[in-house]
Amino acid sequence: MLQTAKKTIQIEIKRQDPEINNGESYNQIYDVEVEDWFTVLDALIKIREEIDGTLSLRCACRASICGSCAMRVNGQAKLVCKTKLSVVEKNNKILVEPVGNMPVISDLVADFKPFWDKFNAVEPYLKPEGEVPEGEYLAPNEDMVHLVGVMNCIMCGACVSDCTVLEVKDNFLGPAALAKSYRFIADPRDGSQFERLQNLEKDGGIWDCTRCMQCVEVCPKDVDPMERIMSIRSKSIENKIDKNYGARHAKSFTDLIKNNGILNEVLLILRTKGLFNIIELAKLLPIAIGAQLAGKRPPFLSHSSKNKNQIKKIFKKLEDK
Amino acid sequence: MKFAFFPGCVSRGACPELYTSTVKISEILGIELDEKALESASCTGAGVLQEKNQLLGDTLNARNIALAEKQNLPILTICSTCQGVMSQAEYRLENEEYRAQINETLADEGLEYTGKTPTRHILWIIVEEIGEKKFKSLVKRQLDGLRLAPFYGCYLVRPSKALKFYEKPERETCLEDLTEWVGATVVDFPGKTACCGFPIVTINEKASLKMVGNHTSTAKDLGAAAMVTPCPLCHLNLDQYQDRAAWMMEREIDLPIIHVPQLVGLALGLDPEELKINKHVISTKKLLTEISLKP
Repeated sequence: MLQTAKKTIQIEIKRQDPEINNGESYNQIYDVEVEDWFTVLDALIKIREEIDGTLSLRCACRASICGSCAMRVNGQAKLVCKTKLSVVEKNNKILVEPVGNMPVISDLVADFKPFWDKFNAVEPYLKPEGEVPEGEYLAPNEDMVHLVGVMNCIMCGACVSDCTVLEVKDNFLGPAALAKSYRFIADPRDGSQFERLQNLEKDGGIWDCTRCMQCVEVCPKDVDPMERIMSIRSKSIENKIDKNYGARHAKSFTDLIKNNGILNEVLLILRTKGLFNIIELAKLLPIAIGAQLAGKRPPFLSHSSKNKNQIKKIFKKLEDK
Repeated sequence: MKFAFFPGCVSRGACPELYTSTVKISEILGIELDEKALESASCTGAGVLQEKNQLLGDTLNARNIALAEKQNLPILTICSTCQGVMSQAEYRLENEEYRAQINETLADEGLEYTGKTPTRHILWIIVEEIGEKKFKSLVKRQLDGLRLAPFYGCYLVRPSKALKFYEKPERETCLEDLTEWVGATVVDFPGKTACCGFPIVTINEKASLKMVGNHTSTAKDLGAAAMVTPCPLCHLNLDQYQDRAAWMMEREIDLPIIHVPQLVGLALGLDPEELKINKHVISTKKLLTEISLKP
């Protein structure tokens, strides 16, 4: 018989019940005897079945396919069925909390309504144009292969849980919905690319992302949501949907590096906001004065690379690739 | 230890105090900085260029690293964003085919990227190369009792694969470790690895200010006397926009944000003036008084 090692782990769980503690969250600690092959989910199920039947949690497939068991383990979103206890425990302790950026229904079960609302807002279905073909809508294999990664999304909400923008801005569509949107924008059979891009330019869309890479780090399926958001930005600029600060910032940044090799922060701000955008520039004036008074004086004509020509040459060769 | 110094754009622009303090501490730590080796280098692209064109961004970074390699020097960075973007490029360049494609462009200038010596942030060099024992032997001013909140920001913690956390787990706690080595007490808070808001400050100032306000006020309420960061972009947002964030939150924050080399410099006994620690928007006077009381 297979011999396995047992030990006791202290599992601290953030709990919340509308009928207990006035609905306020509280942490409860369980000492659980676990086998060395246990996942975090195995331990949680053991608590529910053997120690405390009142613990609420959501799970189904136990094989990282269904996406229902995303939770925060030691502060980071994970699929608990895919997470070995031995990898995450520190000094025989772990902390399990519900996913972030979504309201809690009970204990480790969150209300995914905001997640689905945003998902639906990007119209996550094919909107083909032209005549309806007799058979299927066909697409060349090579046009679809690069979408395999994004199609791996199991909608577990891990990326949304840990998105740093959603912590401060409720209307941000978020990494999951935007990655799904990319899946259709980049699909050669879809006919509404321009309209989709126009919608995503608005407040709450692609330009809200800070590129903090949390979604890349926590995604259990390597969907790389942030890279998809960057791809949408790039397509947006290509389609001349660029009359917004985000696109202007990206374009000005690129131009400054192309021409000078290194960045001039003052010019970057002026070009992003627009030289004649008096109101916005006036708002920045106190910040600039504060910095000047503190002795932070970025040179207006900043340093440049000693070999600007070579950098320009590389830009010329690769900028359209 | 000799390095090709990659100061990045910001330490030569809006954060000159970072450049000065780095040079000062390097002399004491035995880090020789070649300031001329990368004079013809370019900006890393800071992730912005990579949004539009990853190949172009990676080629520029491979070129910067190849310029250092040509002089047999590894690169030292002082900006988390520079470091993160370069580490990401190095990670992708591990692919032979991709490396060959990029080297084809670099050959035009007689350069070749090999990636033999990875680029490192000065914080990593202090923790990994100099190490606790030697570093502590150089400390002249113990900052005992000083309560400091470490703030990593994004690029020195994610993506962990590209930053090689699996090979070098000490990178996960290097800022807390250094804080303890100088005698200070770590004020831990969950926002330490979150975004500072800088990338969207010109695009969506309100959201950016909320990030600044949340991080600085949380650290302040936990009793921090200052925040320390390895990223000048985080510093800029958390320092320059802090008053505005405090105004938005209708509360006082007043938390000085210092650069890692400034913290190290204080511990090494350097004069605050030499470290240009007074060149911040949020005054460091109270912080300095606290330190001079416990020299």
